[in-house]
Amino acid sequence: MAGKVIVLTSGKGGVGKTTSAAAIAAGLALRGHRTVVIDFDVGLRNLDLIMGCERRVVFDFINVINGDARLNQALIKDKRNDNLYIFPTSQTRDKEALKREGVERVLEELKDSFDYIVCDSPAGIEHGALTAMYFADSAIIVTNPEVSSVRDSDRIIGLLASKSRRAEFNLEPVTVHLLLARYSPERVRKGEMLTVEDVKEILSIPLLGVIPESESVLRASNTGTPVAFDEESSAGRAYHDAVARFLGEQRELRFLQPERRSFFRTLFGRA
Amino acid sequence: MAGNLVQGAVFTVMVVRAGMLRDPDFDSQLAEQVRRSPRFFLNAPVVLDLKDAAELTHESEFADAREILRRHTLSLIGVQNASQVQLQAAAGAGLASFAPNAPQPSRSPPREPTRTASPRPTAAAKTRLVTQPVRSGTQIYARGADLVVTAAVSPGAEIIADGNIHVYGALRGRALAGAGGDVDARIFCSRLEAELVSIAGRYLVSEQLPPEQQGFSVQIALVDERLTVTRN
Repeated sequence: MAGKVIVLTSGKGGVGKTTSAAAIAAGLALRGHRTVVIDFDVGLRNLDLIMGCERRVVFDFINVINGDARLNQALIKDKRNDNLYIFPTSQTRDKEALKREGVERVLEELKDSFDYIVCDSPAGIEHGALTAMYFADSAIIVTNPEVSSVRDSDRIIGLLASKSRRAEFNLEPVTVHLLLARYSPERVRKGEMLTVEDVKEILSIPLLGVIPESESVLRASNTGTPVAFDEESSAGRAYHDAVARFLGEQRELRFLQPERRSFFRTLFGRA
Repeated sequence: MAGNLVQGAVFTVMVVRAGMLRDPDFDSQLAEQVRRSPRFFLNAPVVLDLKDAAELTHESEFADAREILRRHTLSLIGVQNASQVQLQAAAGAGLASFAPNAPQPSRSPPREPTRTASPRPTAAAKTRLVTQPVRSGTQIYARGADLVVTAAVSPGAEIIADGNIHVYGALRGRALAGAGGDVDARIFCSRLEAELVSIAGRYLVSEQLPPEQQGFSVQIALVDERLTVTRN
């Protein structure tokens, strides 16, 4: 069965697309699926940093598109899991280098050897983001629980419905999923952030998961370890739940309640 | 046989009163409307209504009118309510003659041109139905028809109809009914949270809508040139 293309997109920048792409790809690999994660953010690449393979990049996505290198020369195998591969992009070129026919050819080749092809989209709605979403079978819309992120996500959902290959050829539409990232139960309680229900109501797409704001994410980026490999982190566990739901399993939403405060902490806080 | 040479068709065209073209207020309002919805107005056809403009009789004046509208990216294609003299001058300027139109373009019967042997049946303008949420950045235009949306309209989305607009969901974007000039068009919604509402070119932005109606099921109509919002 040919591989499925999943795009992580958002419109808004800085919401957690790359972190999520890395974590979800790692999660799928840990479940036994052959997975490759591709960086579409030409010129501003970070996927290689987040995956911890920045010192092993020889050839990249643009080299392969242009025919300067073969796919297996550019793909980097993850050291932690045999099922996981990284396909970095160029830092010296820009998004104009993403030629649609070249991207199509590369994705077709990847579908032969991978179960899942996770595409980390750049922010925005220009050529880079549109190319990343064009060939998607599924899309995970990474959204933060605040108004401008929700507005941008709404725009992106509209574009997926009209500018994807599936839309243009009148095929089964791209399946869209909402991933609410950087969720802080404390800030929601205080009314500083939108609730899960608010976001679901505005965007009207099925919820894949809620990833809590967590220090472990910063640690993960700095050490080049996708947070899904961190068994103790709440964010890591939430990503595993999201991957399970993506694969069709039912999971209860966790990490939505504020941390229970220690009895003594409240006393000290008043000093 | 000229039987099938000429087909009957019904078009919806904006009508602008000649007197309004001289009014600087109208000019700035029109510029503002065009600025907000450029794609809708680009090259849109316009008919000049000459009622109460008996003094407009020179070919050069029609050319001027065309130029004024061209600056707003509109395309003047004809005149209505013209006298014989005006028709001749307009024709000299390349403008067609339109029969006087009642301001309900979506409901007028199809006019059959005298040359066809067998008149073609013209379908009634079918209401356009949208069942998916109208996402931010999307523009929908129901030409010559009503528009019904059975989902929410997001902020940053624009829904436009020459007829009425019904939103069975939250209206959070912009809704422009009676876009062709139908002052009797109305907007109905289950939940008013609109950024802007307009009927036949008159509009109110969110801040100008009555605060007590925000969030409710309302209908918006044009009464004596003013937009009114009433509970359903």
